[in-house]
This record gives sequence, C-alpha cells and structure tokens, in this order.
Amino acid sequence: MTTPLLSVENLNVSFATPDGVVRAVTDVSFRINTGETLGIVGESGSGKSVTASSLLRLNNSVTASTSGKVLFDGTDVLTVDEDEMRRIRGQDIAMVFQDPLSALNPFYTVGEQISEAYLVHHPKASKSDVRTRVLEMLEKVGIPNPSKRIDEYPHEFSGGMRQRIVIAIALINSPRLLIADEPTTALDVTVQAQILDLMKDLQQETGMAIILITHDLGVVAEVADSALVMYGGRVVERADVMSIFSVPTHPYSWGLLGAVGSLDTSTRGHLATIPGTPPSLISLPNGCAFRPRCSHQEGVESKCANNVPVLRPIEGTSSESACHLADHQLVSIGQRSSRS
Amino acid sequence: MLLFITRRLLFALMLLLAVSLFTYLLFSILPADPAALTCGKNCKPEIIAANRVRLGYDKPILEQYWNFLKGIFVGRDYGTGAAAFSCPAPSLGYSFSQHECVTTLIARTFPVTAYLSIGALIMWMSLGVGLGSIAALKKGKWQDKAATTFSAIGVSLPTFYIGLLVLFSFCIWLRILPFPKYESPFVNPGAFFTTMILPWSTLAVLSAASYTRLTRNGMLEAMNEDFVRLGIAKGLQRRTILRKYVLRSALVPIVTIAGLDFAALLGGAIITESVFSLPGMGRMSIRAVVESDLPVLVGTTMVAAVFIVLANVIVDILYGVLDPRVRAK
Amino acid sequence: MSTFSLEVKSLVKYFPTGASGLLGRPTKEVKAVDNVSLQIADGKTLGVVGESGCGKSTLARVVTRLIDPTSGQVFLDGQDITSLRGQELRIARRKMQMIFQDPYASLNPRHSVGQIISAPLRVQGIEPVHGVKTRVQELMELVGLNPEHYNRYPHEFSGGQRQRIGIARALILEPKLLVADEPVSALDVSIQAQILNLLENLQTELGLTYMFIAHDLSVVRHIADDVAVMYLGKIVETGPSGSVYSFPRHPYTTALLSAVPVADPTRRGRSGRIRLVGDVPSPVDPPSGCRFRTRCWKATDLCAQVEPPLEAVSEGHFVACHHPMDPVSN
Repeated sequence: MTTPLLSVENLNVSFATPDGVVRAVTDVSFRINTGETLGIVGESGSGKSVTASSLLRLNNSVTASTSGKVLFDGTDVLTVDEDEMRRIRGQDIAMVFQDPLSALNPFYTVGEQISEAYLVHHPKASKSDVRTRVLEMLEKVGIPNPSKRIDEYPHEFSGGMRQRIVIAIALINSPRLLIADEPTTALDVTVQAQILDLMKDLQQETGMAIILITHDLGVVAEVADSALVMYGGRVVERADVMSIFSVPTHPYSWGLLGAVGSLDTSTRGHLATIPGTPPSLISLPNGCAFRPRCSHQEGVESKCANNVPVLRPIEGTSSESACHLADHQLVSIGQRSSRS
Repeated sequence: MLLFITRRLLFALMLLLAVSLFTYLLFSILPADPAALTCGKNCKPEIIAANRVRLGYDKPILEQYWNFLKGIFVGRDYGTGAAAFSCPAPSLGYSFSQHECVTTLIARTFPVTAYLSIGALIMWMSLGVGLGSIAALKKGKWQDKAATTFSAIGVSLPTFYIGLLVLFSFCIWLRILPFPKYESPFVNPGAFFTTMILPWSTLAVLSAASYTRLTRNGMLEAMNEDFVRLGIAKGLQRRTILRKYVLRSALVPIVTIAGLDFAALLGGAIITESVFSLPGMGRMSIRAVVESDLPVLVGTTMVAAVFIVLANVIVDILYGVLDPRVRAK
Repeated sequence: MSTFSLEVKSLVKYFPTGASGLLGRPTKEVKAVDNVSLQIADGKTLGVVGESGCGKSTLARVVTRLIDPTSGQVFLDGQDITSLRGQELRIARRKMQMIFQDPYASLNPRHSVGQIISAPLRVQGIEPVHGVKTRVQELMELVGLNPEHYNRYPHEFSGGQRQRIGIARALILEPKLLVADEPVSALDVSIQAQILNLLENLQTELGLTYMFIAHDLSVVRHIADDVAVMYLGKIVETGPSGSVYSFPRHPYTTALLSAVPVADPTRRGRSGRIRLVGDVPSPVDPPSGCRFRTRCWKATDLCAQVEPPLEAVSEGHFVACHHPMDPVSN
C-alpha cells in the first residue's frame, strides 16, 4: 500500500459574504497517488474549484475559513508557514487555470514569465541557464519558433498557445502534482484535444500526478484514472473511471451521464434531464443536498430529508457513494443506465 | 509606431489651430475694448481711436486673427513711425495694462506655475498612490476607512478653502512657516521652499483625494485578476506580486490620468496662486480678466491649450508604452 | 414558391480593420463570412458548427439583419429581406427572432420579466386580444416559468431560467424562424439538457424552424436535422446530421469529430484519432485555394491553387474538398 502523494481529509471551506455564509466545500476527502490522474467533476456551485484552490491555499484569507487536512507527502499544506507554502507552490505543486488570456500577466513577455517561475525556486541560476531551460520548455509544450516567440507578449498568442505557455510555467520546475482547473473549457475542441494530449505526454515523462477539474464528462473519460463527483460542496461519488461510466452509484452521476449528448445518437430523442437547479451554497437543504432533484426516493423519504448521506464504499463495487439508497437498488439502476 | 506619433501630432496641430481660432473669436465678441486700456484714466477718445488703429484693432476680425497667427511665427510689429515697436517671435500679442509683450509676461510667470505644478504632482502622487495602496491592502480595516474618509473630504472641499486652511494653520495659528512670499529657487532657495510648501500641500491634498480612490479601486480590481492568482501559485513573494502584478496593472490608467491633470495645472492653477500670492500664469490670467486685458487672456489660453493637447498626445503614446496590449493597435 | 423558411445566397461579410497611413484608414479586411449559401426547410433545424473564428456568429447576425451583409442575399419565407429598411424591416422581424448565448448579459437587469418578454409587442405596436399580461403569462407557462413571477427581476432567476425568459421573449411575436446563437453554452450540463428538450418541444408544438449555432458537436448532433460545418468563413461540409456525423467526408469535419472527448473510457486511445497541428490561420489573410490546406494532411498543390466548391457526395450531403475522405464510419 503506497502512501498517497496527496491526501485530503475532511476539507471544509466557507466564505463570509454579505448575503450569508457560503459553504463552498463540506467534508471533502480523497487521495491521489504519484502518476495518477484524478478527475473532479461537477457543475457550477459544486465546490470543485474552491477545492482545487484550497490545495495551494489560494483562497482569500480574509473571507475564507478553512479546516481539515491537506497532506502532501506528509506535510499539512493548510498549516505550514508562509515561507514553506511559497516553496511548495510552483515547485512541488503547480496549477493551471481556466482562462489562459487572463492567467498571464499582460505586461511581461512570455519568456520573462516562465523565467520568473524558474527563478523563484532557483534564485542562483545563471541567465543563460534560465534561458536554455525556458526555450526547452517552450519547445516541449509545442510552441513553434521558440527563440523568436520567447520575447513576445501574451496577447500575441492564440488561446491554445497561451494555455501551452501556462502549462510551461507550471511544469518548468517539474512539480510532482499538477492541478488543472478547467484547463480546456475556454478552448476550441480541436485545441482542447491537443492540450489534453500534451498534458498526458508530459505526465508520462515526469510521472507527476494530475488533478483535473472539469464539468465535461468526456474529458474525464479520456484522461482520468479515477473520478470524484461533486455536488453542493460535497463529494457524492468516488470511483475509478471505468466504473463511474458503466455503474454509477449515485443518482446525480447517473443523471449527468444521461444529460450528456453523444455523437452516436442515431435518433433524436429527449435527453434525460435532472429537473430543478443546483442548490444555493448559502442555504443548503436539510439532509441530502440532491434530494429536491432526485427521482429515487422511494421508501427512504425521511432519511434522505433529514440525514446527510456520508461517502461510503458500496458493496459489490470499488466505488464510494454518498447516497442512502446506494446499496443494492442503485447498483442495478446504474447497470440499467449503462452507456455501452 | 512612428506613423502613429506623426498622425497624432498632425491631428494635435489641427486641433490647436481650431482652438486658437475659437479662442480669438470668442474673446473678440466680448464687450471689452482693448484699446480703451491703452492710456489710463484720463484718456481722450481721440487717443483711444488712434491707438486702436496703431494696434490694429480696427481691422476685421479674421484679419486680426491672421496677424495674430502670423505673429507666433515671425513676430509682430505695432504702430508706425516713431512710436513703432515690435514683439519678437513667438509673439502672442501685447498687453497694454502691463506695457509688455505677452510672450515676455508668460516667460516670466510660467516658471512659477511650472514649479508649482511639478511639486504638486510629486506630492499628490506620493500621497494619493501611497494612501490608496494602504487602503487596498488593508481593505475593510481602519486604515482603509481613514484613507477613504480623507479622500472624500479632500474631494469635497473647494481649493480656496483648503488653501486658506493651510495658510491659517501653518502661518497664523502654528506659526511654523512664514507668510508666503515667492522668490526664485536660484535666488533664495530657503524662501522658495517655505513658500511653495504651502500651495504644494494644498494641491496635494486636493488631488491626492481622487488618486487615493483611483489607486484603491485599481489595485482591488487588479488583485482579483487571474494572473495575480497565478503569480501566487508560482510561489512568488507577496511584495513581488504587489509590485510586478498588482501595482503594474493598476498604475497604467493612473499615470495617464495624472499626465492630463498635470497638463491642466500647467495652464495656471488660478485659485491656488491667488490664495498664496504666487506670481504665476494663473494669477496673471485672473488679473487680465479683471482688467479685460484680452491679449494676455488669449495668450494664456493658448499656452494652456498647447499643454493640454500635447499632454493628450503624450498620454496616448505613454499608454502604448505601458500596456503592451495597446501597442498591437 | 419556396418552401424554405430561410435561404441564404452567396452571403459575404467583411469587416474593415488595420489602420495605417496618415489618415488611419483601414487597409485590411476580416473575411468573417465568405460566400455562404444555405437553406433551411420549414420546421427543420440546421445546426451550424465550427470553432472560434469560423464566422458562425457573424453569420447568425447577418441573417437576422443585426449586421448588414457586404454582399449576398437573405430570403425569409421567400421574401428578400437583404435590403429592407425601417418599417418594412420591422415587420419582417416579426417572423424571425434570436436567442443569445449569455443569459446574464442578454436581459436588461432593470426591467422586470414581464417588461422583458412584452418588449417586442411594444416595439412592434401589437396589442394582444386579451391584453399584454395574459399573453406574457401564457408564454411563461409555455417555457416552463411560473407566471406569478411576472414582476420579478432577472437577478432573481438562475441561468437556465433566464434563458427560458429569453426564449419566451423570442416567441412572443410568433416567429417562424428562430436563430439561436450558442443558447446552451453558458449553462451547466444538467440545465443544458432541460433547455434543449424545451426547444425541441416548442419546435414540434409551434412548428418553428431553427438555425442553431454551437461549438458543442454533441449538442448539435442531438437537436439538428441538418448540419453545416464552417471553417474560416466558409461552409466546408453540410448535410443531414446522421450522414455528416457518421460518414464525415471533409478532413476538417473528421478531425473535429475525432477531437470531441467521448464519455466512454473504453474507447480511450482508439485508433483513427486525428490531431490537427498548428493554429487556425488569420481570417484577414486566409490561405489561397482551400482554406483548410495549411493544416490538412491530404493537401496537394491543387488545394493551394483552386478553391474547392461544394459538391454532392450523397443525397443532400455536400463537401468542399478536392480529396474527400472515404465514406468509412466514424
């Protein structure tokens, strides 16, 4: 049993806002090993992005209150001092954001920004050494003509190129964990495919772990080894990627799979929908947050309404689910909904 | 880039021409008669009429304007015969109440206005950006509230009120500074500073108020940008992020606005100069208004216009220098 | 007599750009839509897909006369609306309406829902038989909103609900044609499905014709009868959805389809994956001949010299390519 690279235990994050306390992340726990890719799936308001930013302590310290443990190689990221945190950021754990245009500083050249990422953690490096590494990195991420483009500004690149630069910044110090928050959402589909391929290739090379945050189940199916489904700030299902698509153990996961169109639908039918809308994180309902939209409430009405279901392993599967009904009923429902 | 600058300068030139025409025409429809100032209280109408001819005020307006314009390049000759005199290029006219070429007057008073403007600029930028940064960094805390309150007060109080308050506090009540009496910094630097510190502070308080708010808002906006988050995610030090990411972004519009404000001051900070009796262009303009000394007014208006138009061109170019995204256009 | 709800002939839209010279006159043109022709039959849905810069949004705006075309013609229900102005155009607009992408930006936050939905009536000077409020509430029910929320404001609704408001507003004039510009892209997946189902139901109930612009190929697959694939201002392939999706003939379509991540991990790493290299060329200076040739693995000299015309490869299925792919199932 290998020690996981990252182990998140009971992460809770809430924000104080003028409208009330937003419980963005509640009781989230998961682990990831070296070389693995974990996909965190959820829609807006699921808490997935806040979870990701908590791993590097990027949340606004004034309004956010965080509790729990984030153990990276044994060190609790949430409690280390600021200096240690700065050492971890960009070197052990790196992050890629969604919008490549706004993620790059418009006032400095691409070369300066990548160099900066390297120099922060290697302050004694010589100028030529840095330049060589930057050029190498640019080539590795697929920027054509790197020696010319190194002195250009972010706005002179296309969206896909910019995301490659963001990846170059993230990977120049060979981090052991890469957190990618919706890295391809803002990109065209052909570019998205390129970027995902790039990330996978680089992962092969360096053996790093990747946490990929996305709302796109297709992306999870393509690149992830295991998946975490989040809803209303909690993890509602954790499973390896094969299981989650063939035998989902939570009604929300099943609903998501049904709602996604496919390229193979040969008849125009209706998409299975999940009625209603995601819950407000300020006023979460009692009991299970998904209950208002769940169609499987037979017989367990009061339990679903009053008790928050806890993530637990489901017999007969390798998955974990936060659903009161998940034991046998849902597994068969999941099998019925198989997408093969 | 060169083409861009040339285009802007050409446009600026056309604008200045339009301003000069407009100013000249505007002043010419005023009921004041410049010739009436030429010879003091006991003037006979015949002398005034003669002077009018001598100084060219009997000619049609557009011809007067043309002479004025010509004068800027080649100088202007007035009168005929023994009483002839001339104002060398660049001639902006001749003042009768002060009996001097306008250009000479401006050359004498402008340095004072310039010193005032430069000193004020340095003070208000330091104060404004400084307070604004503190307010942004300590958002919601007492430092923020204090800075914002100061900002609100400074913006609400009129210039002369702040000026008189400063004058009163430092010269009369606390007696730490002598009454302002302007002397050139090359002649008596001590007196120069003790005098100028008062109007500098006045203008600083006044302008710092809006710059505090501008800086605060600019920084808060910048702090929410994705690239700042990425900077933190890289592991950069807080102060590096503040300098290279937050401030760098927030200052671009601030610097350009400051450029425009500075140019406006160069045209003559009338109220401040009056309160502190500074012999600058502003005070000269007020005197000219009171005395209906049109040539001086036309002259100072033109000078002010030149600064503002030039400042706009410079600010446009500066924006391109400071923000690479703008350069692409 | 045409049975086409919408017909577009040789539509061109160029945007001037690039200032240079002393007077700063534009010297270049962004060839956003370059000679596009299409038809949509009554009651059908045409999906227009493509990536950023392909011109699909511009196409939508020109078709609805929000922008004037540089040249070409637009026929709505047989009527040439290309150069209509003033009152004539206003009357023609009753037959075509638009749904926008951003449910947050397309509704005036200062207007109540009732005002928003009834605005077209006021603009057109139409007074419904039983009064404005009744009509608005009818529509609210039709799109799945609670009619009692007539007086509420947009910020009180979720993204999906706001999009329903936009749809209600588009339907109040009883149009024939609805042009939807990425109507579900800004919504969560579970809400997308709801809105798509709603649009399909409305089409059946009201006999609407749709022009559906999207970048999400699976969404278009689901809702469109026919599909047109755009690249750099041109239509490169068009035909019935089943045919185009199952047997794509243009290299770009093939690459596009193979790039879509499939929600099925068992198909990971399958062969036949095409990865396009490089970036989309600039629409200011598109490649000569076939615009896709700079990224096409089948390109030959012919492709650089001659622009391929749209030619039929099977019933209703057209491709603009000198070397179309073999009809092997995707």
